[in-house]
Amino acid sequence: MAASTLKIENLHVSIEGKEIIKGLNLEINGGEIHAVMGPNGTGKSTLASAIMGHPKYEITEGSVFLDNEDVLEMEVDERAKAGLFLAMQYPSEVSGVTNADFLRSAINARREEGDEISLMKFIKKLDGKMAELDMGEEFAQRYLNEGFSGGEKKRNEILQLMMLEPKIAVLDEIDSGLDIDALKVVSKGVNAMRNESFGCLIITHYQRLLNYITPDKVHVMMQGRIVKSGGSELAQRLEEEGYDWIKEELGIKDETVGQEA
Amino acid sequence: MSVDTKIAFDQEYIKAYSEKRQEPKWMAALRLKALEKSENLPMPKPDKTKIDKWNFTSFKHDVAGEAISSLDDLPEDVRDLVAKDQESGNLLVHRNTTPVFSQLSNELKEQGVIFTDIQTALQNHGDLVEKYFMKDVMKVDENRLTAVHAALLNSGTFLYVPRNVEVEVPIQALYWQEDPEAGLFNHVIIVAEDNSSVTYVENFLSYGHDVESVANIIAEVHVGQNARVTFGSVDNLAKGVTTYVNRRANVARDGKVDWALAQMNDGNTVSTNTTHLIGDGSYADSKTVTIGRGSQSQNFTNQIFHHGQNSEGVLLVHGVQKDSASAIFNGVTKIEHGAKKSNGEQTQRVLMMNEKARGDANPILLIDEDDVMAGHAASVGKVDPIQLYYLQSRGISRQEAERLIIHGFLAPVINELPIEGVRKRAVEVTEGKVN
Repeated sequence: MAASTLKIENLHVSIEGKEIIKGLNLEINGGEIHAVMGPNGTGKSTLASAIMGHPKYEITEGSVFLDNEDVLEMEVDERAKAGLFLAMQYPSEVSGVTNADFLRSAINARREEGDEISLMKFIKKLDGKMAELDMGEEFAQRYLNEGFSGGEKKRNEILQLMMLEPKIAVLDEIDSGLDIDALKVVSKGVNAMRNESFGCLIITHYQRLLNYITPDKVHVMMQGRIVKSGGSELAQRLEEEGYDWIKEELGIKDETVGQEA
Repeated sequence: MSVDTKIAFDQEYIKAYSEKRQEPKWMAALRLKALEKSENLPMPKPDKTKIDKWNFTSFKHDVAGEAISSLDDLPEDVRDLVAKDQESGNLLVHRNTTPVFSQLSNELKEQGVIFTDIQTALQNHGDLVEKYFMKDVMKVDENRLTAVHAALLNSGTFLYVPRNVEVEVPIQALYWQEDPEAGLFNHVIIVAEDNSSVTYVENFLSYGHDVESVANIIAEVHVGQNARVTFGSVDNLAKGVTTYVNRRANVARDGKVDWALAQMNDGNTVSTNTTHLIGDGSYADSKTVTIGRGSQSQNFTNQIFHHGQNSEGVLLVHGVQKDSASAIFNGVTKIEHGAKKSNGEQTQRVLMMNEKARGDANPILLIDEDDVMAGHAASVGKVDPIQLYYLQSRGISRQEAERLIIHGFLAPVINELPIEGVRKRAVEVTEGKVN
């Protein structure tokens, strides 16, 4: 599979009339892992939701392309079928639908009718990925996210990532609320996905996840834009010194959206 | 203007019909009296649903069903309702109200179990049927439609389980309305004597016609002391059929009834499921699901009356409303004075799939005793757009996402249906209604 490119240009996103993202540019190629960091309220999760097509977010300007395809023209399910994936910060619970049935529907949705994954093959794959994520067998038959702890939900997001094998994945605060063991497991899952055709955007405000998943590029978001980019050493510096030096450097007083420099 | 609800059958017709069926005299008399009463009784008045323009009079009463020589003569979709493990099991098939297939294991026969169509039961076990027919559980003169039911009864099943007999294999009855005009006046009597147990499952089936007809259905369940009855149903009558159905049980001391009802009719329906917990320590669990679609109007009342002390009742109702369908869900928990230490719980959930659909859940707790526990939960809500977004974000189409959500929403009841074939059928019917 050839590497894909997700190209975001001059993206503006509003929610209920309020502009959150104000001209954001980012390009992610297959084989690369990018991290978007930044304090709370700077528009990081909005970026993730807008890429996937969350119904509450409105794109007012700019473009998002996956290779030659205009992502913003697609329905949510078409975006997924084109190769995008979003590990959500707050995954929905769906009562009465087992994890296994859900995953099989999702896999079959991207295959032609008559070419559905065989049950045996599916179970084998599912068992393998669940073992990698230290998930008990019972998770296959539990209802989708229903009654899952925060950590279990995050693991389940990564399980979906591994089962669906997207071209480009966005992980929205996949580390929040995880203890160190769970963090290691989740990181292991993401690292297992690493190859030249898989691109990944990790959204986080903690540097600690990046101790386990080394990013190729690190971006800092403030006021709805990327204000600084660098290599993994940038994350390191943020860990040691916080965000103040960036604010100082750029003359930003309040980094949250709605405040102008 | 209200539609005439008087039926076009006279004394002569009823007399001749009863004679033709070789019924005992008491039944003929009961029918005639019921016919007479029907003329003056009021129509039932389901809460918040207007039924005065519904068809209750246009149907054919006496339609023959062609005999079959084996189950393989049944069309595939009817045949599929018979679970594999039922093939050698206990099964009764009605075709246009005519019993065409009947099977009961020798083992159960030897234990004194009676499982036969109502016509044969009236002929061969007339005294026993008389003891239970619309006496304690249902009454003939509750309203015009219960009286019409008694007068025109043309189909049904009698299931009798003697003391201490535990029937382990489910007992299944299929009511297949092949002729879309055939009216169904179906009467089921289940008698589970003390310390007995039985599972009965019924399927009502007719096809997707607009042709008008009527189904007036009654099931009376007698649960003896420490007896247990599990009653499952998949109702799947076509759009043109107006259905009025009462399923009711009286439960004696330490007895138990479990209802699992998949109410998947496509026509206008008034359905009441009632349990009277008469004896101390009696128990009722009532689970029902429905999907309303098109422009159908439905009214569901699920009610448990606590008379005995330490009686326990649990109601669970899940309904999905699509298109411009409307439905009223009444959940009634009534705890009578003296029913100390009783516990009544009810949950009603209605999921609306679109803007035009209507659903109304009315939890009603009527408590005339202090020393009890009771609780209710009711919710009516639209399908969660964030849930749809989540499922779609994995590549699942909107339609498939809705399908998954509906299946999931109905699963708590469908999973409780007692025969695998029936469970599958309920899922298939759901499928048909979702797409």
